[in-house]
Amino acid sequence: MATETEEIRGIGHSVRRKEDDRFVRGRGNYVDDVQLPGMLHMAILRSPYAHAKLNSIDASAAQAMPGVVAVVTGDLMAQHNLAWMPTLSGDTQAVLVTDKVRFQGQEVAAVIADDPYVAKDALEKIEVDYEPLGVVVTPQAAAADGAPLIRDEKDDQSDNHIYHWESGDKDATDRAFADADRVVTLDTFYPRSHPSPLETCGCVADVDPATGQATIYMTSQAPHAIRTVFALVAGLPEENIRIISPDLGGGFGNKVPVYPGYVVATAASLLLGKPVKWIEDRTENLISTGFARDFHMHGELALKDDGTMLGLRTSLLADEGAFHADAQPSKFKVGLFHIVTGSYDMPAAHVEADGYYTNKAPGGVAYRCSFRVTEASFLIERLVQNAAYELGMDPADIRKKNFIDKDQFPYESVTGFVYDSGDYHGAMDLALEKIDYAGLREEQKRERADGKLWGIGLASFTEVVGAGPHKDYDIIGIKMNDGAELRIHPTGKAILKISSITQGQGHETTFAQIVSEELGIQPEDIKVMHGDTDNTPYGLGTYASRSTPVSGAATAMVARRVGEKARKIAAHLLEVSEEDVEFHRPNYTVKGAPDRAVTIQDVAFAAYTNFPDGMEAGLEGNYYYDPPNLTFPFGTYAVAVEVDPETGEWQVKRMVAVDDCGVRINPMIVEGQIHGGLTEGYGIAAMQQITFDEDGNCIGSNFLDYLLPTAVETPRFELGETVTPSPHHPIGAKGVGESATVGSPAAYVNAVVDALQPLGVKNIDMPLTSATVWEAIQAAQGGS
Amino acid sequence: MEVTITVNGTAHTLDIEPRELLVHVLREELRLTGTHIGCDSTSCGACTVLYDGTPVKSCTVFGVQADGIEITTVEGLLTAAGLDPMQAAFKEHHGLQCGFCTPGMMLVGKCLIEQNPAPSDDDVRDAIGGNICRCTGYMNIVKAIQAAAAQQQAASTPTPANA
Amino acid sequence: MLPSSFEYHRPTTIDEALDLLASLGDDAKVLAGGQSLIPMMKLRFAAPAHLVDINRIEGLDAIEEADGELHIGALVRHNQLAGSELIGSKYPLIAAAAPQIADPLVRNLGTIGGSLTHCDPSGDLGAVMLAANARVVLKSKDGEREVPVTEFLADTFQSSIAPNELLTKVRITSPTGAYGGTYLKLERKIGDYATVAVATRLMMSNGSIGAAGIGLTSVGLTNIKATAAEDALVGQAPSRELFAEAGQLAAAAASPVGDVRGSEQYKRHMVEVYVRRGLTRSAEMAGAA
Repeated sequence: MATETEEIRGIGHSVRRKEDDRFVRGRGNYVDDVQLPGMLHMAILRSPYAHAKLNSIDASAAQAMPGVVAVVTGDLMAQHNLAWMPTLSGDTQAVLVTDKVRFQGQEVAAVIADDPYVAKDALEKIEVDYEPLGVVVTPQAAAADGAPLIRDEKDDQSDNHIYHWESGDKDATDRAFADADRVVTLDTFYPRSHPSPLETCGCVADVDPATGQATIYMTSQAPHAIRTVFALVAGLPEENIRIISPDLGGGFGNKVPVYPGYVVATAASLLLGKPVKWIEDRTENLISTGFARDFHMHGELALKDDGTMLGLRTSLLADEGAFHADAQPSKFKVGLFHIVTGSYDMPAAHVEADGYYTNKAPGGVAYRCSFRVTEASFLIERLVQNAAYELGMDPADIRKKNFIDKDQFPYESVTGFVYDSGDYHGAMDLALEKIDYAGLREEQKRERADGKLWGIGLASFTEVVGAGPHKDYDIIGIKMNDGAELRIHPTGKAILKISSITQGQGHETTFAQIVSEELGIQPEDIKVMHGDTDNTPYGLGTYASRSTPVSGAATAMVARRVGEKARKIAAHLLEVSEEDVEFHRPNYTVKGAPDRAVTIQDVAFAAYTNFPDGMEAGLEGNYYYDPPNLTFPFGTYAVAVEVDPETGEWQVKRMVAVDDCGVRINPMIVEGQIHGGLTEGYGIAAMQQITFDEDGNCIGSNFLDYLLPTAVETPRFELGETVTPSPHHPIGAKGVGESATVGSPAAYVNAVVDALQPLGVKNIDMPLTSATVWEAIQAAQGGS
Repeated sequence: MEVTITVNGTAHTLDIEPRELLVHVLREELRLTGTHIGCDSTSCGACTVLYDGTPVKSCTVFGVQADGIEITTVEGLLTAAGLDPMQAAFKEHHGLQCGFCTPGMMLVGKCLIEQNPAPSDDDVRDAIGGNICRCTGYMNIVKAIQAAAAQQQAASTPTPANA
Repeated sequence: MLPSSFEYHRPTTIDEALDLLASLGDDAKVLAGGQSLIPMMKLRFAAPAHLVDINRIEGLDAIEEADGELHIGALVRHNQLAGSELIGSKYPLIAAAAPQIADPLVRNLGTIGGSLTHCDPSGDLGAVMLAANARVVLKSKDGEREVPVTEFLADTFQSSIAPNELLTKVRITSPTGAYGGTYLKLERKIGDYATVAVATRLMMSNGSIGAAGIGLTSVGLTNIKATAAEDALVGQAPSRELFAEAGQLAAAAASPVGDVRGSEQYKRHMVEVYVRRGLTRSAEMAGAA
């Protein structure tokens, strides 16, 4: 039966989100909303010292308080072999301290009580005897002779050095530099910041003593991987562990690592036979969970006088905190930083990096960085901007001169990436046109004559996402292939189960749209399940913009697999051979006789009621996708600013962002992702940092010190797009979640530096507060 | 101590400790979990509720202060006819992503358009200056609130049918 | 963190409140807007055994003029000040400052009485009231006294209020003649404390400055009244050079501390810039530019 076909709202439609129905009613189900009968509340006592021996803990007064059920210390955890746990980087991390504390905020003990207020009261009654030790708060200090040894408990660790890593060809690069007319150098520090999703981390751990089943509601971007880690660490059988990541109030990479709180809460639930809830407060989130950046970068760009790039050298110092707990593919110690040649046809490059322990919280690879691509993008785009000034070239022209050309793709970079597709000139031209670049340069000249400081900053980023091919990509040995399961019900509706988990990106809608595109079932008829390890296929989770490239691909492929069987059933219903069946969504028609048709819904019903002999019933499938390559979203951002030289304040006058993420599944959602990323980039450029004093006290452990932009400061954005599909992705999509956070900080900083060109300012490290800008102006002018 | 707090039109008599914050009273005693907690320094606005019609941060008010007060939370926006125009506008204009700041944003938006029926972009941004969003970059939140205002104007404008 | 336990009292009249304060003394804190007190209690930097909630006391929330003075009740909320037609039409310094305090949600609850008594050197209204030569009215069971704000803002987080006293009202002599005032605030974002902020007001008299007020925020142990700068302005005709001089004098009176918001040198420089700009704008408003 043919039906009047309404348009199938698949790829390219701005379908309104299905998940919104519960969120706008205040009926989201976040971890702190979970309440179970008999549930207890856990609070963690944290170290006030950055580095100190633990002499003793006396919890007797806390234990005696009414309402306190238990106090857990490192000793108790050690009895169950749980005082230490593995990190996602193959190191170990203390769950509760046994020997010494290694960063301010480190977990010391945990109180379990029947009321969260009582739990906090009890924390104050725990007496801890610390013996402070020397503190190290920079990688330079960590590397110095005689620096205090932080990881003295590791047999193979005699200093604070963790890794040395290189990429590229050092000899070829040295030769390139020897031939250069000009070498432009930049030393810049990408300050420590924090992803700070609005919902903090936490869990409700419910270990049922009768069945041995452990159900853990957890703020996790990677529930399957965490479940496996729990199984290995806790010795709990993996099939008895169920991790449910319900609604997440943002993630941005902060919710990938395993935190001690999860482990302690689970152990407590196991020991007490009751559910235990642990929700950290904001201070705990900022002071102890996965931070971002804290990355010292030295870059050198070798050029000819006509602006041709010859080579790039970078050397990097990574501040890893007290435990090496980066969430990144194991083969790469500084993530995918070696994308640092960016959008340019670079003949030679060499990257070297060293990571150090310091007395700070663990982490470093987070906050929408695409595995340190934001650091790389920042470095190259700042170098290129400065190179333009030194050569007297326009910053747009020097970029265009060196861009990889459209016809050079697939492009093999000298650091081993194969860029799938790109049209860098196209994105750049569109951005320049939208912002009226030529007009702005004229305006800048006029304003400068009036003593006003106008600047235009560009950033042409190429980033790399979608980890990744099984040959090179794994995290603690687990390959980064994600799965999708699809079942079509008899009534023609469907359920799709995916291994990635949304934190606001709209997967419940966009992934349904992928299936809609393939099979002609409308998105509202497709339920998308995610986040529950009992009910979804295995995968490494959502971060580094990998959902669309990997899970999205798995979804398209499983839909095609199901589509193959659907076609067979359609042929059976139409009583023709398979070759004579055509699919014009949602109808299967007969070649040459278009009035003979059945819908996908007819086929679905038939899959259970009228299927050919020898065929299994049902219409479903699963697929694990091994990406053949990563994907390479790109774009050009252009920012116009005005700087007040008297105060150092800067205002964004216009911000144009042209993004190319290949095929856009839901344009409305893609734009929302870009808005969000441009705002984070602005916050990073303008106001965000976490610093430490020489005693290791964390300054930036609450929202009074760690600043998030409000709607008042945040610029207005003008978006544009080009579409250059990925040739190897089943639907040509590349992923976009992090592009704007990756690419925009350099654009903002370049704009301010551009404005200050006449005053001789060459570099200002982020955050560019009014004070920092003013100091830079004073310094460039000789401190007058 | 015993207090009576009216929430979304229903009076609740509760026996609570004076130190219990209003946000906890709403979330834990009344199981209205649509009001969220995002920080510990009165900085983020995720906990915004209407307190006798005025938006306040419920993490910085004690429950006992709300004795005899009328509170509106996000759960109180839904009408018998369905979504409140503000809720509908947020969905229509993609004014939310993770949904955590959304209840606060919508309540502030509602108050704003009641006092200022045609708010400018700047007016909206000023009004939500106490509410942090990490996901949306604010563009679509502003759009949604302005759309709800326009809808409110249209609904109250007499037409030949309802003049 | 979460607050520690306390006993809660909610008087409905001023007399009831004063009785409570008299008997509880140091063990009690007054709860008005709570937007400074409650955050401190959540961090356990403050842990009073008793809270006296004065929010239900009638008659403390009026903004009115009487006998050549502006009277602002202690419970007037910042948003009330910001939206007041009277303030908007005649008191431009307060009208400029009120909408810049904290954020809109905090302004819905925060009060002028609470703000001044909290005595935060980064509080905005302290600088405004210093520039305006305001007086506060303090009531106790023993009677009532009026204290100039210069004396009331005694030390960091330490006003000169006695434990048994309640601030009921703020009084400012209404300006006469050509008048202008403004509040310039440098903050890294809405809701951040001021890096530096400056309150200025000028009353003109026959083409020269009859009276001047300059109050500074975030550059000392308390808000600072830049009296040397004020004195240098009185009797003079407005000019760029005069305002620049006043800026330098005010900067010299400030004692900023270098921190993440800026170095000592930067903050001092910003005092100078904002005094100069504030005076220029005030003079323009007074029609004497």
